[in-house]
Amino acid sequence: MNWTLALPETLLSVAGLVLLLAGVIPKRDMTFPITMGTLGALLVAAVLVLGSADGQAFHGQFVSDAFARFAKILILLGAATGLLLALDWNEKQGIARFEFPILVLFSTIGMMAMVSASDLITLYMGLELLSLSLYVIAAFDRDNARSAEAGLKYFVLGALASGLYLYGASLTYGFAGSTNFSAIATAVSGEGGVSLGVVVGMTFVVAALAFKISAVPFHMWTPDVYEGAPTPVTAFFASAPKVAAVALLVRVLADPFADLAAQWQGVIWLASLGSMLLGSFAAIRQPNIKRLMAYSSIGHVGYALMGLAVATDTGLRGVMLYMAIYIVMNAGVFAVLVAMRRQGRSLERIEDLAGLGRTDPAMALAMAVFMFSMAGIPPLAGFFSKLYVFLAAVQEGYWVLATVGVLTSVVGAFYYLRIIKIMYFDAAEAALDPRSSAVSFVLAGAGLFNVLFFLFPAPIVAAATAAVAALAG
Amino acid sequence: MLDVGLGHYLTVSAILFVLGVFGIFLNRKNIIVILMSVELILLSVNLNLVAFSARLGDLTGQIFAMFILTVAAAEAAIGLAVVVIYFRNTGSIEVEDVSTLKG
Repeated sequence: MNWTLALPETLLSVAGLVLLLAGVIPKRDMTFPITMGTLGALLVAAVLVLGSADGQAFHGQFVSDAFARFAKILILLGAATGLLLALDWNEKQGIARFEFPILVLFSTIGMMAMVSASDLITLYMGLELLSLSLYVIAAFDRDNARSAEAGLKYFVLGALASGLYLYGASLTYGFAGSTNFSAIATAVSGEGGVSLGVVVGMTFVVAALAFKISAVPFHMWTPDVYEGAPTPVTAFFASAPKVAAVALLVRVLADPFADLAAQWQGVIWLASLGSMLLGSFAAIRQPNIKRLMAYSSIGHVGYALMGLAVATDTGLRGVMLYMAIYIVMNAGVFAVLVAMRRQGRSLERIEDLAGLGRTDPAMALAMAVFMFSMAGIPPLAGFFSKLYVFLAAVQEGYWVLATVGVLTSVVGAFYYLRIIKIMYFDAAEAALDPRSSAVSFVLAGAGLFNVLFFLFPAPIVAAATAAVAALAG
Repeated sequence: MLDVGLGHYLTVSAILFVLGVFGIFLNRKNIIVILMSVELILLSVNLNLVAFSARLGDLTGQIFAMFILTVAAAEAAIGLAVVVIYFRNTGSIEVEDVSTLKG
């Protein structure tokens, strides 16, 4: 029993409890120091993750490998950007409460437990820790009817997804005889075929995880929740939890259910196709930019799932690279959305960006970079993310997926480029309020990453390759 | 005298599960019914797990069921809190009123 493998999670849990105390005891407002404390804890956890060894802990319930480390770094990055963006926005919106960073911290622990799970019970506990925190922060602007409605919708559909997952897990346990991933893998690969119960159980588990990553046909909550939740919360939703759920799906399908690939590949194939189509066509007529980003995120999940449908090492590497690049692009776009505020009121319509090219050239340039990157224009990072999944699909002869992928990215380019057109060529409205330094920091970081990725892709590609190799081995 | 076997438990649990899912999707009345349906789903899963646990002679299923009970309590608490916030904002918990966000 080697509990030190779970040191980052342990540290974050202790930090969460300490910060919770530190938030209540003093009489004054503790939002800022607690946010900084949380960011510090995330940073220390990231260092610990990088230095953690390979191995299994807690009687095979918890695994630490290159795959978990890769996903955890992305999760910590996503959570930190979410917090940075929320700091100033919450203050201006009048919802600066110290519980926010702590809830983000707890959901981060849940995500880290999820991607390290090697047992259906650990997976469930991680998933619930994540979901319960997210239900609360979706409704965090509690005097706002739209935020409350977003929280309610997310809760109902999230609870349904948990129910589906549990039902699938119970069937898998019953027919495979264990909840442990390696024991399930052994049971599934046994002679004499697989029992139908395991296949049904796996289908339920996949459906529940598809809910969490908002893949078609389980995407219906996404636009509503993304639109209603406070903007920095949406920024967080679209980054870390999505990466965690995709990583989890990859691990579940490639580890315990690897020998059922023939059964799940078709399902993922269909989800990928549907998500790419819906993500590009439904976004065209959206006037609300948060809603547009919701459809865009559905589309991006579709591209990432293409790599999973291929199910080779190249394909899985494509998935992880896609999520790594997506999380950075997404952070950049949401930094702009968070900065959209005029005379103290937060704005959400695409037209509100009109004339940004003249009123704030630096931010308009950054937004243009992110939009070109999301559309997949070379040499920006978004091009490479698509390249790696398309490469895998073409190598294995998945022509339908690859063709539809290319065609839908053309459709997607239409609405991404429309935003650039509105920023640079439409009549200028009054300038936006000055952006906070945290927003500028995220903008600059994400912008540089997107522009310069093509110069140094090697370390990230190597990390993703190692992550996938750890999964197979 | 009828012997109650694994199949019977699984059937009852499947019926409860389907009732819960339909309770969420077909319910046009109010949100409390949805919360009850969620609990129904979780309980059907527990029944499944305990039946499998007894059949396999393995304790894992019962431990899993204990975890689910605990989490279900937390989930119900948060669900009710969200419903209360929603009610304070809109003065209604009719399912059909939950439609400000669409498009």
